[in-house]
Amino acid sequence: MKHDLAKIPEIIGRYPQQESSLIMVLQDIQKEFNYLPCEALEQTAEALHVPLSKVFSVSTFYNAFSLTKKGDVVVRVCIGTACHIRGARQIQEQLETALKIQAGETTRDEKFTLEVVGCVGACAMAPVVLTNEQYHAQCKVHTVKKLVSKR
Amino acid sequence: MRIESEKQLRDYRKKLIEADKKLVKKIMVCHGPGCLASGAEKISAEFEKQLKKKRIKGVSIESVKKTGCHSFCEKSPLVAIEPAQVLYTRVQIRDVAEIIEKSVKGDDVIERLVYHDPKTDEAIEKYPDIPFYKHQTRIALRNLGKINACDIDDYIRVGGYDAAVKAVLHMTPDEVIDEVKKANLRGRGGGGFPAGRKWESCRKIEADVRYVVCNGDEGDPGAFMDRAIMEGDPHTVLEGMIIAAYAIGAKDGYIYVREEYPLAVINLQKAIEQAEAIGLLGDNIMGTSFSLRIHINRGAGAFVCGESSALMMSVAGHVGEPRAKYIRSVQKGLYDQPTVLNNVETYSNVPMIISNGADWFTSIGAPKNSGTKAFSLVGKVRHTGLIEVPMGTTLRTIIYDIGGGIQKDRQFKAVQTGGPSGGCLAEQHLDLSVDFDTLTAHGSMMGSGGMIVMDERTCMVDVAKYFLSFLVSESCGKCIPCREGLYQLYKLAIAISEGRGKEEDIARMERLSDHVVVGSLCGLGKSGPNPFLSTVANFRDEYLAHIVDHKCSAGVCKELIKFEVITEKCDGCMACISACAVNAITGKKKQPHIINQELCTKCGACVAACNRDAIAVF
Ligand SMILES: Cc1cc2nc3c(=O)[nH]c(=O)nc-3n(C[C@H](O)[C@H](O)[C@H](O)COP(=O)(O)O)c2cc1C
Ligand code: FES
Repeated sequence: MKHDLAKIPEIIGRYPQQESSLIMVLQDIQKEFNYLPCEALEQTAEALHVPLSKVFSVSTFYNAFSLTKKGDVVVRVCIGTACHIRGARQIQEQLETALKIQAGETTRDEKFTLEVVGCVGACAMAPVVLTNEQYHAQCKVHTVKKLVSKR
Repeated sequence: MRIESEKQLRDYRKKLIEADKKLVKKIMVCHGPGCLASGAEKISAEFEKQLKKKRIKGVSIESVKKTGCHSFCEKSPLVAIEPAQVLYTRVQIRDVAEIIEKSVKGDDVIERLVYHDPKTDEAIEKYPDIPFYKHQTRIALRNLGKINACDIDDYIRVGGYDAAVKAVLHMTPDEVIDEVKKANLRGRGGGGFPAGRKWESCRKIEADVRYVVCNGDEGDPGAFMDRAIMEGDPHTVLEGMIIAAYAIGAKDGYIYVREEYPLAVINLQKAIEQAEAIGLLGDNIMGTSFSLRIHINRGAGAFVCGESSALMMSVAGHVGEPRAKYIRSVQKGLYDQPTVLNNVETYSNVPMIISNGADWFTSIGAPKNSGTKAFSLVGKVRHTGLIEVPMGTTLRTIIYDIGGGIQKDRQFKAVQTGGPSGGCLAEQHLDLSVDFDTLTAHGSMMGSGGMIVMDERTCMVDVAKYFLSFLVSESCGKCIPCREGLYQLYKLAIAISEGRGKEEDIARMERLSDHVVVGSLCGLGKSGPNPFLSTVANFRDEYLAHIVDHKCSAGVCKELIKFEVITEKCDGCMACISACAVNAITGKKKQPHIINQELCTKCGACVAACNRDAIAVF
């Protein structure tokens, strides 16, 4: 995926140029690029008059932010309680084996990133896996690999 | 049009009801969390597509309503035909034409698609007769499954904004507070603090600026009640907040929504715009001097931000670290101004209290615990879904009558409430009444409403380990007893689950838990050891089995278990062989297979693939 860093000022400009906009600005940048490019952190710090260290602190505190690039498809395995009880760990292991990466990593070809997340709010349909925004309900251990087989 | 009097609202509603009568049939396609995950959007699109082509008297595309969670998620996608109250379950695209032909055009019921009692196989056509719905009382979830989620007209038609108009135009702020106090509405976000008292203390503080904040962070993994409300009935949240803001004198409100809930943000935003358009939000609400702007803040994936002071830090753009509470947030909260923070479900109850009165509200529920509580009933229970029951209902009623018992008729083991701050209750607690005080007295807590049912295949050491691991990664790190203490507890739990534990570890963990509880600032650390403490209190034998016998009877802890084919049951279908990622299973067609223990990674794929239950885990 190619990133157009020229978009950063426009994103920062969507909110009042003050400290309280920090999280919202970073969320929009994360959404656009799927991670927080270094340039974006610097420009945000400058525009919102916040020390770069604070921008860095916020970017690393919250799980929603990532400082490294993600794959085209982000596979998120829910490991919330309901999903855990119904075998989310096995689902996670199957995906790790199939993609040959651990949770939190991206495949070398940058196609897939595997993540775990604590509840996506579809607990009644556990275990749940998301590929980008797409939900997959009641996943089965022996068939879940199919979600990442279109490599 | 702007609504500036009770009469205007009533007249407008009359018009809406008249228009609605023209629709003789409605097709309620559930767009709740479970149904969306099972493809509900495709189903509603198919209904619209087919209805466009057909001419049926009194039916148009308007008849297709995309409702909030109808609640019987286990059977999703759900489609209800109103006013007949027929509920179709597990609806597929190929069923749509038949439903239109038989139940929309005609008045027949398609037996194949309705709920069947698992024991008697009797078909139950109308959903109010299904046990899952029969034992419920709906206040906070009253509109879910009944109205179009993103349509203020639908909300007004069923009585919406009556309470806001009543409060703002006909009651003083003190009267509103008194009513909520009399109703004894306790916070539904977990703590159970009386909302009326909170509002009163906030109002009493001298200040120019005050805030109302809605906690939609729903960090409890395994819970989705707040999501269902925010997505499926956003106006009820706004109405509750309008009433609260009027009562305390706030001009700005914030809703803090968990980042995993993008649809909640969209629907709340739409609802805010709709309410502003008719003068129920914004400047000079209903033509009075009362103004309120509601803003939405998206969370960024931190459990601790559900905690009140951390949430307010996060709204202000900082890292979400809780602070000590000698000054409460009703005095100095968001931006250091007096702030009322309530949970989504708490706000959803408020309009009903104002409309129907405190006496009505206290007539429901248990002593000191008036009203209802919503739960997400999930885990190993047969009927998962979103439920709301009067407080004082027993766990047994919830799990066995509403939930239909345990999946595959396995043995019940425990039920977990209160999320990572809560605990696990056992068989002997099944007849306890579900309310704030009883659950706390027995080592668990009400929490925000996750109710996770566990069966014999759930290992309690693993559950404790799971919650500890969750808390270790979610602790903000400010208090060392929480950050390091929970980590040590986690490490000890791992050791026990791997068969490396010692008997004295349990006492050591109990002692360490005390330190964590005493030494932490916020609820995360203070209640963090609860999942461990409650499992060890109720399931000590299971801990000892791991430590002394190196056995995990639930078949969960990998280091202590083995997978083996039961030769008599195996019919040699080779399903497990193709499921195994490490080629640990061998065998010929129609002959019993064998698992190579050296190669087996105990991933469980073979067990899931076998449909004869021929692989034993022990
Ligand atoms: C670690 C932690 C996480 C919390 N998470 C939530 C949450 O996700 N949602 C919520 O409503 N309350 C949560 N709370 C409780 C809030 O601090 C607060 O008590 C509540 O939002 C007040 O609203 P209520 O009185 O209406 O329940 C959490 C508390 C702690 C200590
Ligand atoms: S626990 Fe997985 S969706 Fe909630």
